[in-house]
Amino acid sequence: MSISWLDDFRQQAKSQFEQTGFPSNRLEDWRYTNVSVIAKKEFPLAKIENAPVFDGSQGGTAFHFVLVDGFFNAELSNLPKTITVCSINDALNNHADLLQSKFNQAITQTHGFIDFNTANFTDGLFVHIAENGVLEKPIQIIHVATQEAILPTRHVVILEKNAKATLIETFSSSENNAYLTNSVAEIFVGENADLTLYKVQQESETAYHFGGTYVQQADNARFTHHNFALGSVLARSDIVCDLATAAECELNGLYLGSQKQHLDNFTRINHLQPNGISREFYKGILNDQAKGVFQGRIVVAENAQKIDSKMNNRNLLLSNEAEIDTKPQLEIYADDVKCAHGVTVGQLDEKSIFYLQSRGIDEATAKHILTFAFANEMVDKITVPSLRESVFNLLLARFPEGAER
Amino acid sequence: MLKIKDLTVNVGTKEILKGLNLEVKAGEIHAIMGPNGAGKSTLSHILSGKSGYEVTGGSITYNDKNLLEMPAEIRAREGVFLAFQYPVEIAGVTNVYLLKAALNAVRKHKGLSEVDAMDFLTLVKAKTKALDMDEKFLYRAVNEGFSGGEKKRNEILQMAMLEPQLCILDETDSGLDIDALRIVADGVNALRSENRAFIMVTHYQRLLDYIKPDFVHVLADGKIVKSGGAELALELEEKGYGWLEQA
Repeated sequence: MSISWLDDFRQQAKSQFEQTGFPSNRLEDWRYTNVSVIAKKEFPLAKIENAPVFDGSQGGTAFHFVLVDGFFNAELSNLPKTITVCSINDALNNHADLLQSKFNQAITQTHGFIDFNTANFTDGLFVHIAENGVLEKPIQIIHVATQEAILPTRHVVILEKNAKATLIETFSSSENNAYLTNSVAEIFVGENADLTLYKVQQESETAYHFGGTYVQQADNARFTHHNFALGSVLARSDIVCDLATAAECELNGLYLGSQKQHLDNFTRINHLQPNGISREFYKGILNDQAKGVFQGRIVVAENAQKIDSKMNNRNLLLSNEAEIDTKPQLEIYADDVKCAHGVTVGQLDEKSIFYLQSRGIDEATAKHILTFAFANEMVDKITVPSLRESVFNLLLARFPEGAER
Repeated sequence: MLKIKDLTVNVGTKEILKGLNLEVKAGEIHAIMGPNGAGKSTLSHILSGKSGYEVTGGSITYNDKNLLEMPAEIRAREGVFLAFQYPVEIAGVTNVYLLKAALNAVRKHKGLSEVDAMDFLTLVKAKTKALDMDEKFLYRAVNEGFSGGEKKRNEILQMAMLEPQLCILDETDSGLDIDALRIVADGVNALRSENRAFIMVTHYQRLLDYIKPDFVHVLADGKIVKSGGAELALELEEKGYGWLEQA
């Protein structure tokens, strides 16, 4: 079925992508991440195949929206009845006007991965929560990759005034395949609405991952994001939030790199109107030859007075060959604001190691405990108990000597 | 239990301890007092095995073993406990996890099996209550966001759990109001026994009102310049340290 307004977007994005391709690292926002290897792979687009057996779910504590190779699988899914949650393809039929009014509107600056996504997305999640609506338990968007292909998915999430919801998005594969995830989410958080989004990226170790989240926050809207970058050989995450008056934004992140992983975290918080609050806290642990990138930019527009903003990025390098490129930026055009940023790069704190030793714990174990703890601080921020437990277990798998099972 | 003989210690090129002698027997409580910069904290750190100090002469024997040869964690397992002047905040590690890991490390060293999870909880809850601490503290990150008094109580809680033989209290009274001081002192007094010795390092006499020492030593300029009974502390309170340094 062809829908003309969407075809126009797709056509335009396609010709844009044909001109630019995936982003070059000559672009400032991509200078630390070279994605040319992805183009060379010449992955085909994914096709619908039989669904594999899979269980990565949060049990009965969440609704499930399952995307196998980028296609919605209704049989594996379990969706709420009283709130509009469906695949984007269903929404094109059943919620066409609403979708058309929002589609592509959260993306203020595009690049090759987004253009590719717009031109090719196969499916994705559509959520619409009406005024004062509350999603009683989280929706978990489960991406499973089974093919060596490109898996482009597109979500559109709309919370009207005073609505409240929690989403969990997990990325994993059925086998240790090479593929490219290309996932774009457009999120509209209405006036005084509240959205929490968890992302757990545990792609296969040979997979490539691009995940972009573009958020429009109305007056007093709250958006909280927890970003766990664990898998993939080369991953890039974009989070861009545009905040209206007195909107609040909290971005937390943890990236754990080992072997030759390259994990790029790009975030941008645009305070467009006054009285907004933003808190950003990203932590990274890099081992072996892994490379981490943190690019955090907070922009305060000229009329956006009384902004209260803090950004912090802390990194732990566990090997001499591990690398972190960190670039926190404040771009402030207003004059009455409270903004701060801080970055640390280093090894474990000697005082803490000695403190544990003085309690009988040997140095090697003390280091394991402290490394685990460094990461666990971010896991502790998860407020969905079943999710916190599963991410805790993922962390344990990475640092088995750091804590009790 | 502990014999320190002619101990000289440098930090960098600076000599901090200049021939210190001290003998501590089981069951005794010793107070080490002295002005700032005398080397009190250096002594605590040297006993606990902190790095950054160079022992240039003398010896320390603990239960007839050479203490200086032991790494910090072995000293702890052998029963040396330092209550820190500035307890370290460790985000992401809960109190209860640290207590259990520490207790099991000590037990393993002694050839004992790991503590049973239920027994451990019963024990730790009882000790927490005795120190007038809320059980919630057990599940909070070690010292993170604790007040000064809470941190010091937490040190005593760890001490009570590990049941060390030689307890070193480094300026434990600093930053405590009277109520907190009394609770900490009660905790220490409850641990007094004929098998256990205490070294209390303190600038002020105040703590000694609550924990009565058997011996008081004055440490000045890297040496013990005067030793006496509990009454010496009162004399110091009255006259200050000036008269000793001039002597």
